[in-house]
Amino acid sequence: MALLEVRELKKNFGETEVLKGISFDLNANEVLSIIGSSGSGKTTLLRCLNFLEHADHGCISVDGKRIYDAADPATRAPKAIHKNRTNFGLVFQSFNLFPQYSVLENLTLAAMLKAKESGEGKINKKELKEKLEQQGMELLTRIGLADKKDAYPCMLSGGQQQRVAIARALMLTPRILCFDEPTSALDPELTKEVLHVIKDLRAAGNTMIVVTHEMEFAKNASDKVIFMSKGVIEESGTPEELFGSPKSPVLRSFLMQ
Amino acid sequence: METFLSVSAKLAQGFGTTLALFFLTLLFAIPLGLLFACLARARFKPVRWLMRAFIYIIRGTPLLLQLMIVVYLPGIVFDHPLTKWEIFHQSTDLAYFCGALFAFVINYACYFSEIFRGGIENIPKGQYEACEVLGMSKSQAFFKVILLQVIRNIIAPMSNEVVTLVKDTALARTVSVVEIYFAASEILRLQFIIWPLFYTGAFYLAFSALVTLFFGIVEKKLSRYWR
Repeated sequence: MALLEVRELKKNFGETEVLKGISFDLNANEVLSIIGSSGSGKTTLLRCLNFLEHADHGCISVDGKRIYDAADPATRAPKAIHKNRTNFGLVFQSFNLFPQYSVLENLTLAAMLKAKESGEGKINKKELKEKLEQQGMELLTRIGLADKKDAYPCMLSGGQQQRVAIARALMLTPRILCFDEPTSALDPELTKEVLHVIKDLRAAGNTMIVVTHEMEFAKNASDKVIFMSKGVIEESGTPEELFGSPKSPVLRSFLMQ
Repeated sequence: METFLSVSAKLAQGFGTTLALFFLTLLFAIPLGLLFACLARARFKPVRWLMRAFIYIIRGTPLLLQLMIVVYLPGIVFDHPLTKWEIFHQSTDLAYFCGALFAFVINYACYFSEIFRGGIENIPKGQYEACEVLGMSKSQAFFKVILLQVIRNIIAPMSNEVVTLVKDTALARTVSVVEIYFAASEILRLQFIIWPLFYTGAFYLAFSALVTLFFGIVEKKLSRYWR
């Protein structure tokens, strides 16, 4: 059974139909790249998975459990959304680190608040903090930024900020980590270092969905590629299939650019 | 005959009232301004419009006029003068002071609310979204992430407004609050000595300097880490 099952997802913004029924499966430990031109609905799809937008129709299941069903008000309740959103992590195009916190604090803040909320904090605040900081340091070491733990986001390059943002998302151990054009705000040099981190995560067995304009990345670092156009999945398959022998004329002309 | 020392003492006493008016106005106008800012952003449209209309009226009319209305309207229109209100315990000074304070608080809350609204609306949407996907509740996001950034955003305009308040307190003399300017003008009226009036300027300047210094320190503290 697939880890993630998305069925018939639809989303409208006013009169505009942005998603017109998106269905796909994603297995555990796989990387899915979503490509397509601007306005094709890629980002909206990712935002629906992360509940930043609520799909108007369709459902999302993780591990066979239906965590979102547009027809079922219970799964749309704020409480249910709050609980189920931990299945997904999201890395933004513009990093969105918290400027007033140091790198390490950026990593631990959400986990700390979550632990406090569930009552763990009452047991031993200091111990919890130490545990989370240690966990954060392990992640920072993994992305090669252990020496920046006390730096503030504005002191880092864009690539470093994005790597921190990735570590921040990983702190909450999401089942599926999503990337919304993670390198679009970066120059080629910095793009490389961020993609390198994502490839490392793939090697470590993380399940990921990457919305990207980096065709090389989609080709070489994903197990599955979806090409979206005008709110529908125009074509999907392995990178070899899509890049080697594209069937639809839209994809062909897209790849020609 | 007045000496420099006796004048200084009288002015200092008046300045005590000035300071009381200043700090009490801040104490009440800041939280009230925050409330106004929230109401001016309310999703329920009638509330939003009413709040914005009120802010427009207060910001569009002179504080001087508002002082007159607050202090004299109850007596003239409702035949229930402020000075006769039970809560003021027959103290006319207290009645006038409270009336003036009320007008100052409302007036400054409106100005502050616009500053707060701007400060809140200037926070990038991505900050809220990052909090949301990290599983923070709305209140956690506001208090742990957003608030400090709002404070950072509003420091400069607040510094401006608060320095203006230092000088605006002189308007309270028009409704018989014996603040420093009133004290100096009394010396002029009764003894025809004009220099104490100019001397008040030194008090205002010194106090404005302190306020500016305070905001400078806060701004520096907050800018240490991020631009």
